[in-house]
Amino acid sequence: MSDWIEIGTLNDIPQLGARVVTSDNGNIAVFRTAEDKVFAIKDECPHKQGPLSQGIVHGDRVACPLHDWKIQLDTGTAVAPDEGCAATYPVKMEGNKIMLSLKPNEGCPNQ
Amino acid sequence: MKERLVVIGNGMAGMRTVEELLKLAPDAYEIQVFGEEPYGNYNRIMLSPVLAGEKTIEEIMLNDLKWYEDNNITLLKGKKAVDIDRKARKVIADDGSEVEYDRLLIATGSTPFIIPVPGHELAGVVAFRDIADVDAMLEAAGKYKKAVVIGGGLLGLEAANGLMQQGMSVKVVHIMDTLMERQLDEPAAKMLRTSLEERGMEFLMGAQTASIEGKDRVEKVCFKDGSSVDADIVIMAVGIRPNIALAEKVGIHCERGIVVNDTMQTFDPRVYAVGECVQHRNETYGLVAPLFEMGKVCANHLAKHGIGRYEGSVTSTKLKVTGIDLFSAGDFTGDDTTEELVFQDAASGVYRKIVVQDNKIKGTVMYGDTIDGTWYFDLMRDQTDITDFRSTILFGQAHLGDSGHGDDNRVASMSDTAEICGCNGVCKGDIVSAITEKKLFTLDDVRAHTKASSSCGSCTGLVEALLAHTVGGDYSVAPHLKPICACTDHTHDEVRAVIRDKNFKSIRELQQFMEWKTSDGCPKCRTALNYYMVCQWPETHSADDAQSRFINERAHANIQKDGTYSVIPRMWGGGTTPDELRAIADAAEKFNIKTVHVTGGQRIGLYGLKKEELPVIWKDLNDAGMVSGHAYGKALRTVKTCVGKEWCRFGTQDSTHLGVELEKMTWGSWMPHKFKLAVSGCPRNCAEATIKDFGVVCVDSGYELHVGGNGGIKVRATDFLCAVTTEEEAMEYSAAYIQLYREEAHYLERTAPWIERVGLTHIKENIVDDAENRKQLAERFHYSQQFMQDDPWEARANGAQQHEFNAIKQINA
Repeated sequence: MSDWIEIGTLNDIPQLGARVVTSDNGNIAVFRTAEDKVFAIKDECPHKQGPLSQGIVHGDRVACPLHDWKIQLDTGTAVAPDEGCAATYPVKMEGNKIMLSLKPNEGCPNQ
Repeated sequence: MKERLVVIGNGMAGMRTVEELLKLAPDAYEIQVFGEEPYGNYNRIMLSPVLAGEKTIEEIMLNDLKWYEDNNITLLKGKKAVDIDRKARKVIADDGSEVEYDRLLIATGSTPFIIPVPGHELAGVVAFRDIADVDAMLEAAGKYKKAVVIGGGLLGLEAANGLMQQGMSVKVVHIMDTLMERQLDEPAAKMLRTSLEERGMEFLMGAQTASIEGKDRVEKVCFKDGSSVDADIVIMAVGIRPNIALAEKVGIHCERGIVVNDTMQTFDPRVYAVGECVQHRNETYGLVAPLFEMGKVCANHLAKHGIGRYEGSVTSTKLKVTGIDLFSAGDFTGDDTTEELVFQDAASGVYRKIVVQDNKIKGTVMYGDTIDGTWYFDLMRDQTDITDFRSTILFGQAHLGDSGHGDDNRVASMSDTAEICGCNGVCKGDIVSAITEKKLFTLDDVRAHTKASSSCGSCTGLVEALLAHTVGGDYSVAPHLKPICACTDHTHDEVRAVIRDKNFKSIRELQQFMEWKTSDGCPKCRTALNYYMVCQWPETHSADDAQSRFINERAHANIQKDGTYSVIPRMWGGGTTPDELRAIADAAEKFNIKTVHVTGGQRIGLYGLKKEELPVIWKDLNDAGMVSGHAYGKALRTVKTCVGKEWCRFGTQDSTHLGVELEKMTWGSWMPHKFKLAVSGCPRNCAEATIKDFGVVCVDSGYELHVGGNGGIKVRATDFLCAVTTEEEAMEYSAAYIQLYREEAHYLERTAPWIERVGLTHIKENIVDDAENRKQLAERFHYSQQFMQDDPWEARANGAQQHEFNAIKQINA
């Protein structure tokens, strides 16, 4: 079972923006879309490890700040024809609070 | 139940339409295709290289049989449509079978014209139209020696070249006195003939074929003047005719071709037609580019999107003979009302003619070096006024301020809308963004992703140069006249006008109003829109959306490859003090800076800072009196100066002082792209003012003002704007010029391409000739600057925007 950690509130993240959760296992980027959906992804682009948290969020995607790869926020996969994925993490809302699990979702080998 | 679409003709036009249709509405129709040839769909225009042995049939297949299966298309291979019952809506095949349709697409192409001279039906007389013809020619080349090609046009010469490559001796018979008279003028035709003769091709000019003679197969070709030549094979390549037999038979209105309207509909509204078989606005086309344009429009209407009209094509011609470059477009003969610009160097085999009317290009013929053909073609199609560069236009676009780069940089100087692949309508911008966004490294990759160079291959050289160029260096693409990005159909200028006229101060509201196709845009359009908002409404802070800025401008530092940042404080006019240097040294030690580097803009960069350290180091630098250098932004960067007359024995004016004043006036301003200034104290120009966006060269009598230069990928020297006598004037002209650029250039368009787009004359009219306008521009700049000149570092060092720099949560296991 996942251990949920409270990391902050929705208001802590700007719409179409991201914040970083630091941990001993590397940084996790937490995104907030225009529709207030929240996603958590390992803060490393599968391409050259660019910090995705620094990218421009659009729709359900983020553009890596280094070489403009587009990463799908829900799955962590790169938008074709680019290939690769960043690990995603379970995240849920409890009221206004954002809850994160440090155990990555299955599916992406890049953990 | 699905509607049924029947396509008669399995050629390029028909299948291109189907491909486009599948993209728009993959499930709209059950599709059946009549194809007389026993193959999938192949690239007919590549038959010449196949004949020449440069390509194989497999290489020119566009859609193999599997593609039809994968897309649930029934290919009626080898079946010929012989009748259409338009009332019952069915097509009848030669074997008596019937296929019903809801919509019918006729794409029967064209048939080669065979001169009906006696003997034209003899064995060994072939046309040059399909794979069977090529097979017949290749077979003949294996057995026989002598080939005669009747027709000295594009097709005939390509056939002749191919047969020669196959080892035959080839004579070309042409009824006119010059080759390719429909595409070339006399000088170009002569040069072409000379180089083909050097390759061993023989010509019989002004020769009228009377008969073809032989017992079982062709033996000789006889002419009206009584002479004759021996022949083992005769290629008839005198022209093509739209294939309208079937349409005519069933009563669909035809003239020279099947008559269609702008939506590619024939007079029977259920029946569409595309390709070489159609006649549109009284034109018929035998080239590939129009077919693709037609296909796009037709597919759109078949998919019932109901937008898009085909309005005719402006076409250009290239000859696909390896080693021979020629290009022709438009009206290249001219008349009493036109003028000719001609460059001719017979010894090096270069010829260029441009026909001009009222300073606009009507047509062009080029031979030998055709790389600028696409540029001339663009200028012709857009009817651009060429007054500003008329005297240099014949030397090509590369000549415009290029300071001596290699060939690959000639593609760099093309505009983003310059069409590279005329067949598929792929522009330089498309290719470059595909290469950069998709990380393409090979020609095949570029072909797969963009389709450029995948049809006739004439542009392969250009695509390769573009590839070499783009992969070779860091390169930012300046959009130009086209939609801002895939999120919208609106152009930069349209969007700006709406922001201005309708008072939009929110990106989201603007996108909704202008019917953006995506929910909240993309990095490309959001950054552009944000700049336009900031430029239009400098006093409205909420118009500046941090989330629509690239990270560098959001964090006020430059992100590096490892995710750390660089910090570069401003050094006014390149000057500094011991105190500033001490503060920088202290900061470098305190933050363990690995790299301290003197930048090209006369200041000092500190590299490798973690993001959370930024506000802290900024505080230290602020305390020593330094502010942000904006080295990270599409903004005013630096003002480079030399020490001028204060120290230099050659100095004519106080260049350092003027540089500092200019920087004090302009710092903090956001721009369409980065913007650099320089002031040199004398014409020796040590501050390199003539490769800056705005440069001042001091002279004894005052100040020369230069505009539109840049270093970088493609060096462009400035254009001379004017000379002024006082510092105050230099400042006013500078402010006005900057504001004009801020208001008119497209986002990510530097001053150099902007000036090449709008013309130096336009700048002069606004800045030099119109004193009142200059004053107003300068005032608008100063008005904007009062809201921009807050040091972003200071605010953040004092706690603003903390969420940008701090983690939301630190978790320790």
